[in-house]
Amino acid sequence: MEAIVFFVSAAIILAGGLGVIVLRNPVHAALSLVATLFGVAVLFIDMEAYFLAAVQVIVYAGAIVVLFLFVIMLVGVDKAEDIYAEPIIKQRQFAALAAAGMLILVALVGVAFAGDVTGQPSNEDMTISRAIENPDGTTTPAETSNINQLAEALFTDYVFAFEITALLLTIAVVGAVVLARRPKGDLQPLPDVEPSWALRKPRAVTPTEATDPSAGDDADQDPDETTVDQAATDGAETDEAKA
Amino acid sequence: MILGLTITTSYYLALSAMLFVLGAFGVMVRRNPLVMFMCVELMLNAVNISFVAFGDSMDDIRGQVSVFFVLVVAAAEVVIGLAIVVAIMRRRPKITADDISVLRG
Repeated sequence: MEAIVFFVSAAIILAGGLGVIVLRNPVHAALSLVATLFGVAVLFIDMEAYFLAAVQVIVYAGAIVVLFLFVIMLVGVDKAEDIYAEPIIKQRQFAALAAAGMLILVALVGVAFAGDVTGQPSNEDMTISRAIENPDGTTTPAETSNINQLAEALFTDYVFAFEITALLLTIAVVGAVVLARRPKGDLQPLPDVEPSWALRKPRAVTPTEATDPSAGDDADQDPDETTVDQAATDGAETDEAKA
Repeated sequence: MILGLTITTSYYLALSAMLFVLGAFGVMVRRNPLVMFMCVELMLNAVNISFVAFGDSMDDIRGQVSVFFVLVVAAAEVVIGLAIVVAIMRRRPKITADDISVLRG
């Protein structure tokens, strides 16, 4: 039974993770992320971390993903990302190589320490109290619930870290407000860097484009024109400011 | 056959490693800053799985305490990161991570 739960939720987690990195539309990626987070919550329940499972659903799926979706809607869905373009040559291959290397490294470590994971809890106070299944089929419930145990650890040994977290959250809130606030004066234009070349380059040269030289020229001239326009508007703005 | 399988800690760790690698690959490959943040969330979740799995195997509640703190830090990180993304995209919409190279040393 545990095996079914594990493999089904593992499939959901990995499919969701794959969806995040391959789906072109950020909204779809965010929804895939929700699938992954729910799968992780199911695994938490499987490992008897009930409080964390609830927090996972409430905070992650309920707040963080909604924040993501909110920002996506605010700045506009960017479907323009050409996921087939590679700004750095062979970026995909190197990334895949690095990822495979990481996985192999982990597998090697796993083989080196084959068998059960070893280790010993260093503090008897921190052991998890579990429900015990009696031989006659009945179940003795755990002495203290998961939430009580977690709270006991959190508010005794780790209370200082807990208080620091409050400080961290306050800083985060203040920082977010300051960053997202619209400044009163005119916005300074960002330095006009050229968009990366791979995004402007046509993905495949069609026969008409290949025969028509003006198409390629247009693409080359575009950045120059925009910089000229930018300079002209900048000059106008400074003139207005002087007046 | 598969139903009688006992799920040991190693299974959870293998799943965690796979999810972490997926997230790392996404961060390396995707260029939309929002999707890169989502991939970072994938990596954080992978680590959370292994924290809880180790805590479960060692019979120690502190694995779950660590996950609690990771959740808080992840929430703060997302708030700040998305505020930065909004601040940048307000000036230059349709920007990708490659274009924000002004801070490059």
